[in-house]
Amino acid sequence: MEKFAKLTGVAAPLPLINVDTDMIIPKQFLKTIKRSGLGVNLFDEMRYGDDGSELPDFVLNKPAYRDAEILVAGENFGCGSSREHAPWAIKDFGIRCVIAPSYADIFYNNCFKNGILPIVLPQEQVDVLMKDAEKGANARMTIDLEAQTVTTSDGESFGFDVDPFRKHCLLNGLDDIGLTMEKVASIDTFEAAASAARPWV
Amino acid sequence: MTAPKTLYDKIWDAHVADESEDGTCLLYIDRHLVHEVTSPQAFEGLRMAGRGVRAPDKTIAVPDHNVPTTLDRASGIKNEESRIQVDALDQNARDFGIHYYPVSDVRQGIVHIVGPEQGWTLPGMTVVCGDSHTATHGAFGALAHGIGTSEVEHVLATQTLIQKKSKNMKVEITGKLRPGVTAKDITLSVIGATGTAGGTGYVIEYCGEAIRDLSMEGRMTVCNMAIEGGARAGLIAPDEKTFEYCKGRPHAPKGAAWEAAVAWWKTLYSDDDAHWDKVITLKGEDIAPVVTWGTSPEDVLPITATVPSASDFAGGKIDAAQRSLEYMGLEPGTPLSEIEIDTVFIGSCTNGRIEDLRAAAEILKGKKIKDGLRAMVVPGSGLVRAQAEEEGLADIFKEAGFEWRLAGCSMCLAMNPDQLSPGERCAATSNRNFEGRQGRGGRTHLMSPAMAAAAAVTGHLTDVRELL
Ligand code: SF4
Repeated sequence: MEKFAKLTGVAAPLPLINVDTDMIIPKQFLKTIKRSGLGVNLFDEMRYGDDGSELPDFVLNKPAYRDAEILVAGENFGCGSSREHAPWAIKDFGIRCVIAPSYADIFYNNCFKNGILPIVLPQEQVDVLMKDAEKGANARMTIDLEAQTVTTSDGESFGFDVDPFRKHCLLNGLDDIGLTMEKVASIDTFEAAASAARPWV
Repeated sequence: MTAPKTLYDKIWDAHVADESEDGTCLLYIDRHLVHEVTSPQAFEGLRMAGRGVRAPDKTIAVPDHNVPTTLDRASGIKNEESRIQVDALDQNARDFGIHYYPVSDVRQGIVHIVGPEQGWTLPGMTVVCGDSHTATHGAFGALAHGIGTSEVEHVLATQTLIQKKSKNMKVEITGKLRPGVTAKDITLSVIGATGTAGGTGYVIEYCGEAIRDLSMEGRMTVCNMAIEGGARAGLIAPDEKTFEYCKGRPHAPKGAAWEAAVAWWKTLYSDDDAHWDKVITLKGEDIAPVVTWGTSPEDVLPITATVPSASDFAGGKIDAAQRSLEYMGLEPGTPLSEIEIDTVFIGSCTNGRIEDLRAAAEILKGKKIKDGLRAMVVPGSGLVRAQAEEEGLADIFKEAGFEWRLAGCSMCLAMNPDQLSPGERCAATSNRNFEGRQGRGGRTHLMSPAMAAAAAVTGHLTDVRELL
């Protein structure tokens, strides 16, 4: 998994509550054989018209936000199904951090598995960040996972909480597989003993 | 003295590669079966991280869900998304050097039929696959789990699965089955008794005289549907029948290795005083040929019963039953044996093995299917198909009016072109009767191969005992 330590980038404002996984990535894109490549269909129904053309009013279609790396949104972000395609699409678009007052549980977990940092902040602070994000491409926010801070383009800083173990995983780019790889010696030992005991396996 | 253990305890203990303080274990995986639908992202993940497959010699892939089962399939898969998924599996199998049975190989078939058939599945193993019906392999006394795509990648990379231990549940079927009653009737009756969540959190071990009397094919049918009862895995202790089935299979051990394997396999049973968290007992004599009437596998009744009404149920099931009856287009009080069908599907990883085809052919011999009916047999593998042709079963099916297809999942989940149309009613030997499972608006009645054959002859759900 890609490491996440410090990020300075453009934040896109999405002032909606209950953004569900169907909005994030509609079901017709689940037949894909890839985890990557879903970025173009991120927020598909909000982002494109029936004829496939871009809807100019949608935030990610605006020139200022086409390269956004941070998303600021309303409460209960990521509700709906468990599809891992939702964080896959967000990451593939280039967004590495979401800031919202609250998340749906499964989506929140899926983010960490995919190298995305979901930050929880009180509504008032999200409001401040939302305003900052609305300034456009010149307003670059800074996320520092080590220090656990979000800093606005004006230098105003907010601290956030994150589970120490998950922080460790993100900072070091460790996913489940990465963690299991740390125990590879145990697996090697087991494998050797097992193939001696059960050579037919 | 060591504490008495269940079969599950023994297999589990033999595969723990690492245990954390909170009880989370790394379970070593002996066999990883792979199909085209749940694996592409996992292989892609390996590529992106620059990882390989840790144990390609323990990893076996076969396309089954998307493949067409019509005789013209050598000319290619027409549906583009399906073709891409199958092509991706071809490529991944080549790139990562795993065992592979392509569509063109006579050994190709449903992953849960190919594994045992080729001797990949053996007693005491841990077996996983990105598919919930991996439970099938429990028939060999192998601990077999269905897993998700992230876990598929985890197993490919590390040959382990992060797991916490489940609880032990014993399902005992005592005595003998009556004529016309089969493994499918056992497994459906158990789900009818426990409900679809009855096994949640447990690994089930099926035991008792009626289970011992089953062939390996029958045992696979029973374990296959453990998942429909909510359990992640079902187990049956290996015995002489198991060893006999495995012996001589392409990937089964030979010579001295075979003797050593059998010696260990013989220790794989639940000790007399082992602890069970839950015990269910059914009498074999009480089990009748059953069918499902609703849209959950727990909606099971003997064929001699009538369609229930929603008020027969309690709690949340009242609404669910009402919804099922509407979806299925059934009137409460109608005898189940009067329900007319449009289609018959014999196949799937539940009932696509040679014994299933024999049981159906036995009923169909010298008979014709009801006029206007659509009926198809989809053998579970190319080898099952070949054997059925050799035994003359294919001719019986064809003469009766069945389509004789190539191997695959087919109408079990209708991901290929084999689908029901809205309102079409099907007697099916598969495992799920969910809304839309066999095609949008399609109506599925689950039953045994013999019962499906009987329905094909009469055109309505039928008590197979009347045709014996
Ligand atoms: S036959 Fe049906 S249940 Fe079995 S693996 Fe195929 S789709 Fe799944």
